[in-house]
Amino acid sequence: MINAEEGVFFLTGKDFTNAGAASSSLKGVLEKRGVPQDIIRRTAIAAFEAEMNVIIYAVAGMMKYRISNTEISVTIQDMGQGIPNIDLAMTEGYSTAPDYIREMGFGSGMGLPNIKKSTDHFVINSMVGEGTTLEFTIRLANGDKERA
Amino acid sequence: MNLQEIVNRLSLDVKTPGLDLNREVTGGYVSDLLSDVMGNSSGGNIWITLQIHLNIVAVASLKGLAGIILVNNRRPDEDTLKRAVAENIPVMTSALPTFELVGRLYALGLRCR
Ligand SMILES: Nc1ncnc2c1ncn2[C@@H]1O[C@H](COP(=O)(O)OP(=O)(O)OP(=O)(O)O)[C@@H](O)[C@H]1O
Ligand SMILES: [Mg+2]
Repeated sequence: MINAEEGVFFLTGKDFTNAGAASSSLKGVLEKRGVPQDIIRRTAIAAFEAEMNVIIYAVAGMMKYRISNTEISVTIQDMGQGIPNIDLAMTEGYSTAPDYIREMGFGSGMGLPNIKKSTDHFVINSMVGEGTTLEFTIRLANGDKERA
Repeated sequence: MNLQEIVNRLSLDVKTPGLDLNREVTGGYVSDLLSDVMGNSSGGNIWITLQIHLNIVAVASLKGLAGIILVNNRRPDEDTLKRAVAENIPVMTSALPTFELVGRLYALGLRCR
């Protein structure tokens, strides 16, 4: 039985230079653990989209992860403007990204839908003027077999 | 198809020195929207785009893409190239516009898959 493993990465709003670093680190942790490629890819997609949203829309935040034998769970919490209408934010194509963000290729309104599609469980909560918290889980099909 | 072979056949200019181009390319994906690439490309794809900033490397690396081709002779940022070398993501440029470049990749047998 392999031990559960957890950790945290800190995220800074508007820090485009390090954008994706937390997701890359999480991917590295999963690779080391021998998690199957397709599960790593799905986790990487969801983590990256959540990380970018913190960088684009929030002041600061953190990404916490916990990997057990049966699942990977990730919580991304930020301090920021929050989301007034979650249903609208979840709609594919909806984005409030400003022009300079769109020029970089963000702001297609596909980030949150991508998270939903690539995870087994996804909840998002937000308070306008305070921040947003997102939690997602990806099941490890047969547990973490490699080292079990 | 092999990335080195694609580079040779299309006379691509390789901007990331020292990376091994002997890697399998499973197909191609074209987009300038990063979340579109994140959601819809497949591992091992070559990505054709005109985005040149640092974050394209994170996307390619997280998705396990085979490399990035920048069209229209777009010049990648210096930071982008440094990061690409560090993350083992080959970046190539072509003078061709996207339509022409993708047409040639398709003619070589590459598909979207
Ligand atoms: N952490 C957040 N804080 C505040 N607003 C957010 C946050 N995450 C998402 N939003 C809001 O929800 C909208 C939709 O987010 P989503 O990630 O789906 O698309 P996007 O970021 O606009 O574009 P893309 O992800 O395709 O680059 C955003 O435009 C923004 O208004
Ligand atoms: Mg987004």
